[in-house]
Order: sequence, then C-alpha cells, then structure tokens
Amino acid sequence: MPQYKFRVNGREVSVDSWDAEQPLLYVLRNGLGLHGAKFGCGLGQCGACTVLLDGKVTRSCMTPVRTVAGRAVTTIEGLGTPEKPDAVAAAFIQEQAAQCGYCTSGMIVAAKALLTGTPHPTREQAKESLDGNLCRCGTYTRILNAVMRAAKA
Amino acid sequence: MEPILLSRRGLLVSFALGATFGGRPGMAQTGRSLDANEVDSFLAIGGDGAVTIYTSKVDVGTGVATAICQMAAEELGIPMARFSVVQGDTALTPDHGGTGGSSGVPRGGVHIRQAAATAREALLNMAAERLKRPAAELTLADGRVQPGGITEASLIGGKRLALKIDPKAPLKEPAEYTVVGKPFLRPDVPAKCTGRQTYIQDFSVPGMLHGRVVRPPGLQAKLLSVDESSIRGIPDVRVVRIESFLGVVAKDEWAAIRAARELKAQWSDWRELPGSDGLERFVREGEVGREQTIVNRGDAASALQANGAKQLSATYYWPFQSHASLGPSCAVADVREEGTTTIWTSSQGPHNLRKFLAKMFGIPAEKMRVVFVQGAGSYGRNGNDDAAADALLLSRAVKQPVRVQWMREDEHGWDPKGPAQLLDVKGALDAEGRIAAWQTEMWIPGGPSGAPALVGPEAAGIPQGRGQSAGQMTQNGDPPYRAEHVRVLARTLKDTPLRLSNLRAPGKIGNVFAVESFTDELAAAAGIDALEFRLRGLSDARAIAVLQKAAEMIGWQKRPSPNREKAGTGMWFGRGMAYVHYKQAENHVAIAMEVMVDRANGKIVVRRVTCAHDCGLIVNPDGLRNQVEGNILQTLSRTLHEEVQFDQSRVTSVDWAGYPILRFNEAPAIEVALIDKLELPPLGAGEAASAPVAAALGNAVFDATGVRLRKVPFTREHVLAEV
Ligand code: FES
Ligand code: FES
Repeated sequence: MPQYKFRVNGREVSVDSWDAEQPLLYVLRNGLGLHGAKFGCGLGQCGACTVLLDGKVTRSCMTPVRTVAGRAVTTIEGLGTPEKPDAVAAAFIQEQAAQCGYCTSGMIVAAKALLTGTPHPTREQAKESLDGNLCRCGTYTRILNAVMRAAKA
Repeated sequence: MEPILLSRRGLLVSFALGATFGGRPGMAQTGRSLDANEVDSFLAIGGDGAVTIYTSKVDVGTGVATAICQMAAEELGIPMARFSVVQGDTALTPDHGGTGGSSGVPRGGVHIRQAAATAREALLNMAAERLKRPAAELTLADGRVQPGGITEASLIGGKRLALKIDPKAPLKEPAEYTVVGKPFLRPDVPAKCTGRQTYIQDFSVPGMLHGRVVRPPGLQAKLLSVDESSIRGIPDVRVVRIESFLGVVAKDEWAAIRAARELKAQWSDWRELPGSDGLERFVREGEVGREQTIVNRGDAASALQANGAKQLSATYYWPFQSHASLGPSCAVADVREEGTTTIWTSSQGPHNLRKFLAKMFGIPAEKMRVVFVQGAGSYGRNGNDDAAADALLLSRAVKQPVRVQWMREDEHGWDPKGPAQLLDVKGALDAEGRIAAWQTEMWIPGGPSGAPALVGPEAAGIPQGRGQSAGQMTQNGDPPYRAEHVRVLARTLKDTPLRLSNLRAPGKIGNVFAVESFTDELAAAAGIDALEFRLRGLSDARAIAVLQKAAEMIGWQKRPSPNREKAGTGMWFGRGMAYVHYKQAENHVAIAMEVMVDRANGKIVVRRVTCAHDCGLIVNPDGLRNQVEGNILQTLSRTLHEEVQFDQSRVTSVDWAGYPILRFNEAPAIEVALIDKLELPPLGAGEAASAPVAAALGNAVFDATGVRLRKVPFTREHVLAEV
C-alpha cells in the first residue's frame, strides 16, 4: 500500500492509504487515532474538520492525503491538553464556549490561525474570519468572547 | 460571579464498555439496583468518598449533568469535585425518563435531589447513633459530619443504603445553599476544547467494522437490483442487503464511504410526496385525524362577530425543519452469536430505544444493553435512533461490531423533522383597544400515535410501529393576555409527508410566533405601544417583571409601531418584543430585539437581543445562560433561514448550502437577565427562551418596515417580495 510521510503536531508520521484521494480527515482519525478533527459534512461547508496545513486553515475533509506528503499538519491535539490547554483553548474553557462541542475543535484551530496572523483582531474581524465554521448549538457569542479574551491575554 | 473551575478528575462523565453479560430482570446486569424508587439506584458513595450519580437523563451539551450533581452535592454536603456521572446506560442507570421537554432538572434533578436528601437523613441518623448525639444537632459539610468530623465515607462508603426514596425527606433550606446557584464550569468542556472528548463518532470497539447505508432516491422506493461489481476496486467491502435495506461494511472507513457512494443499485420509482412548494395548501386541506379544543373560554365565535368590535385576522406558517445536528448521527452495535446485543449511541432516550429495538428485533430486553455516549448536539430525537437500528442490522448480518455514521445528506435528508404548522388567528378589540375575543385554529401534520418507524428496519421489512410523534405541539396557542372569549382549536392531520420528531420546544415556537405576532398586529391596529398593550393585559407579577426587564435592557422607547423614522442610508430600523409563559405553566421569558432591514436587498440584520428569563430556582447560572443564548441563536437561525425542501420523492435540501443556518456574521450581541426565585422549584431551560424569538424578530421587522412577515423563514427573497 502506498505510504505518505508528513508531520503531525511536530512529529514525523508515515501512514498507509490504499487510495491517494483519501481525505486527510480519515487518515488523522482512523490511521493516527487523532479524533479532534470531526466529520461534519465532508463538503467543506462546516469547518468541523479544520486543521492547519503549514500553518494555514484547511478543511481536512477535502484534502487528499497525497497532497499532504512532506508538509506539516497541526490538529487540535497539538494545541495543549485538558490539563495544560493552549491560550486559545484556555479562553474557550473560561468562557464555557461550547455546548455539545462538536464544532469546537474546528473553531479553536481556526481562531488560533486568526490570532497568529492578527494578534489583536476586532470583534468584526473575528466574525469575518470564523464565518466558515458553523455551530448548531448557538455558541457564536461565547466563541467571540473567547477569541477576544485570548487576544487580550 | 466568577465561574468555578472543577478539577479535571471531578464530574467525569463516563460510559462503560460493553461485555457479554447475563442478568435477571429488575437488576442491572452488574448487580446494581435499577429500581427508580431506590436511593442506591441513583447514587453511590465510595469508600474514598467519591460520589457517582446514575441517571437516564443524558447531557447532550446542555450542562444538565453538572446541574444534577450540584443539586445532589448540596443535599449531601459533599464537594462537587468528588462527583462523577454515569448516564443513559440501561445496565447501570435506573430509568427515570428520557431526555426532552426540558425535564432534566425539574424531573431528573429534583428526583435525584430527593434521593440525596433521603441519604442525608439516613447518614445523619447513622452519625447520631455513632456519636451519641441527636441527629438534629448534626450537619453534613465538606464530606463530613459536623461537629465531630467523621467522614460520610466512613459511614456508608462502598455500602448500600437500601432505602426507598422518601418523598418527605426534608430538603436543605434554599437560604443555606452554597452549591446550587453557583456557576460551576462544566467538566466536559476542557476535553472538548482540546480534542480529547470521546464522542460516539470517535468510539470504537475491537474488531469493529465501518458501515454506511445506501439510501434510495425516493423515500419508500424498493430495491430492485444491486451490481456488486461496481465496487470491485474497493478493498475489503461487503454488501449487506435485507429486502430494500442496502448497506456496506468495510474495515476501512474511507472504503465504506466510497463503496456506499459508488455501489450501483436500481430502485423503483417512488413519487408520493406533495413537495414543499405550496405545502401550506396540503396542510390546510389534509384529512384531519384528530380535532381538539385546547381552550374554550367564553364565546369566542359570537364575540368575534359582535358589532362595534374592531376585527383582525391573519394566517401564519411555520415550515418543516431539521435538527440538522452538526455531526451526523452515529452508533456502534455489537450483536453476538448468542443473541446478546450492545449498542452505543447518543440517543436522548437509551431506555426507550432498548424497548423499541428489543421488540422490533425479537431480542429479550435483558439481553440488550444500550449505552449513551456523548454525541453532536441533538435537540430532540434526531437520526441517532435510526443510526442505532442501522448499526444493529449490519452487525447482525456480518456478525461483527459495526459502526455506522450517517453522511451529511443522510442527516439532512432522513432525520425526523419538526412539523410544519399552519395557524389562522382572529381577534377583536373593544372600544378601549383591549383584546375582546381571540381564536386560534391550527393545522399540524400527524399520524397514528405510538412508536415511530425507524428508517433502516422499515426498508428491511421488519414490522414496527407506524406512529408519529412530534411532542406537545398545541401549547401556547392562546394569548397570555386577558381576554374574555378565547378559543383554540387544534387539527392534527392523519398524515405527514416527512417523519416527525420532537424538535426543540415542539410547536411552541410556531404557536408563539403566531400569537405574539398577532398581539402586535392588534396593538398596531389599536395604535398602542407594543409593551404597553401587553402590560395592560397582564396581572402576573413575574410576567410583568420579565417584559419590563427585557424592554429596559433594549432601551425601549414607547410609541406605536411601525417606526416612522428611517435609519437612513437605505436601512430601516426597528425594535420588537415577545413574551411567553412557557406551556402556560412554566418559565416566563421576554425577548426584545433591535433590527435593521436593508431595503435594497431585504437583508435583516439583528443587532441586539435582550432576554429576561425566570425559570424559578436557578441551579447553575452559567449553564442556564449558555442554554438561553443557544435558544436565541438557534431560533434566529430557524426563523431567518430554515425550511426543509422536498420534491415528490425525497428531501432535496441535503447540505449546508441547501439548508443554511445562522453564521458568525449574523450573530447579534445578546444580553440575558436571569431572575432567580429561591423559593420556587427549578424549571428546565432547554427550550423556553426559543419560543418568543421568531415573534420578537417579526415584530421588529414590522416596526422597521411596516410589513408583517407571517411566514418563516424570513429569507432576503421573502422580505424583498413583501416590502
Ligand atoms: S467536515 Fe470538513 S468542512 Fe464540514
Ligand atoms: S457546540 Fe454544538 S455545534 Fe457548536
């Protein structure tokens, strides 16, 4: 079976995939046991599967594994642990910016990318930048509060 | 109030892994008592002083598990950090009802609080005996008996209390509360914010295969033939065909997905749906199965005809809507040779699901275990029960554990839907501009009562219930304001184009949309300010308090609607409000909002929403606030955007483009005022605040534009067509 080598959360990995077109999402979830990125739509419409590819916000459900070879992937698992969360995750926890939390990984990864590029966004910029991430439970205002809290920290 | 963070160890919501098990009825397969009258069924204090709560009420992201623990911790005098919860496991948790109707706190929590109060009394009596002091001189705090300091664990740790829940066991005085009323942070949130929470979508068992179901192009189309050679290139796939149920299983999930997509099958042509265009006519003209007079006070019919009264009438429409859970439904089933079956699911009613499935598949209930695992948010019965049956069908066929996750088009296309509602409202004003008479007639798609059919077993030809249940659809069809003559008539149809479900605040959002929009229509006809008009018709102090509070927060300026002043630059500006006494018996909620409407493109911009919320005793103010905010945002989404589209064969709005929901760009500022009533019982909050949202929005749009929107969703096209 063809093998693909890339970095995930700073670690060199090598995965087998019988299909070069297999989206990165399934490779992360099933091949590498990283469940943080979620399947929401598989259509690039919801953002539940968001990861960073070479630092850029990417929908892993639409990213064939062959295109990832040699590149660096960051998933939510790369942004701290429950005991030692990254600053963005910590702000989400403090604001309780989750209900079911199914959208939350994607939100935090997208927020991380925003804050890396724009450390002090306005609330409007935050809305604009996260607009491709959907939340069905209605936590948008809390997420915005969390992003603004993280920006201040 | 600063939120209180629990240690990570505290309050872990756990689930058990299944194993083969036997057992006798009435007892859990583990030997736990499952009797809903026994204290031990609901709580266990371990030798280490840790407390485990067992409940059939599941936490789908609402924070109910935290609230229930707070109620028990308060009575037991044991710190929150020592609590954990086992929820919705038919082998471990007693059945005190499924999750829905905002019953988690008022029924589940109150029930467990009474068990905890019973335990406290018993513990105090044990301590009194040991300490040779009257129990009345002792209290429980910090896991110890005071004074004296012996631990509660040393009294009962690891042992059973063997007591019936005593309905008369005294409860702690609310004035002494130290845990209830505090904003404890939910312990599941850190894991959810770091990608470490195990959702049902992430759950696996050894030897598990991945399954996908191939749905027909018409809801009830029959499977004619399958060409297995069409997926020859995909590794390790098996096709499962049971009558018209068609599925695939594979070791690799991507293989299952591709196989399901590429498998060629012939289906019969099926076109028996009315189509969603013009569905109002179908609803109005459908055959009525049940006609109920919900309210009949005075003589509305004559009063509406009375001479001199100013009469108004209007028709409102609420469309079919989907749960549209962000994560498609999922389940894992393990059907063993010997017939024992374990199902992992995020169904909101694991006990009921077991009843259904056991009967349907002829498996003795005691041989079936259903275990709740956290999933993506559901707002009633979404596709999770169906996914469980799919997994069971596939696992039974291939004799291995199978995980089924629905694809996006399965979820939007096949989840059971919140029904459409059509309402004709008539009202009359007296000479002073007060409501003299009111009549609401409602039409709701329906069907026989009883257990609903699940899609997989339906296709597989397995006999099952044909029931349709959408929850309590007919409440809040009458105005909460003084009126001598009121009549509410509900007509439930014999049929429904799409399967029904109890979608959040069933019926109440549509009914309150009609009632509270019409209230504003009456106020406008009388030339009276909308707040003033409402206050005149109310005498309940709690109702008046929430309305005044929401109005004060939004900066309500008293004047009749519509607004004569335009905001300029092509934008109209307006404000509106609505109120509900939920189910005419529970929460008092008032919502006010400010909107701008773009006259060029019909876009509604919701700028601010204020909400005053009274649900009696508040258990966890932050959890409550989160629910209220979620209700507001989700209902704005339902009102602005959501309508299930279907043609003659199937649902056609099967992704987020066809069924858009609210986005970040549209999120307004929200201010919530919580009114705490220490002396009153706690009510649920998962639904009530959603009820007034649509009407408040419609009223604000009317105020801005002078145009009354009586049909949801308020899309740009709809607004443009009206203005
Ligand atoms: S799952 Fe990738 S965008 Fe929805
Ligand atoms: S918290 Fe449930 S989808 Fe966002």
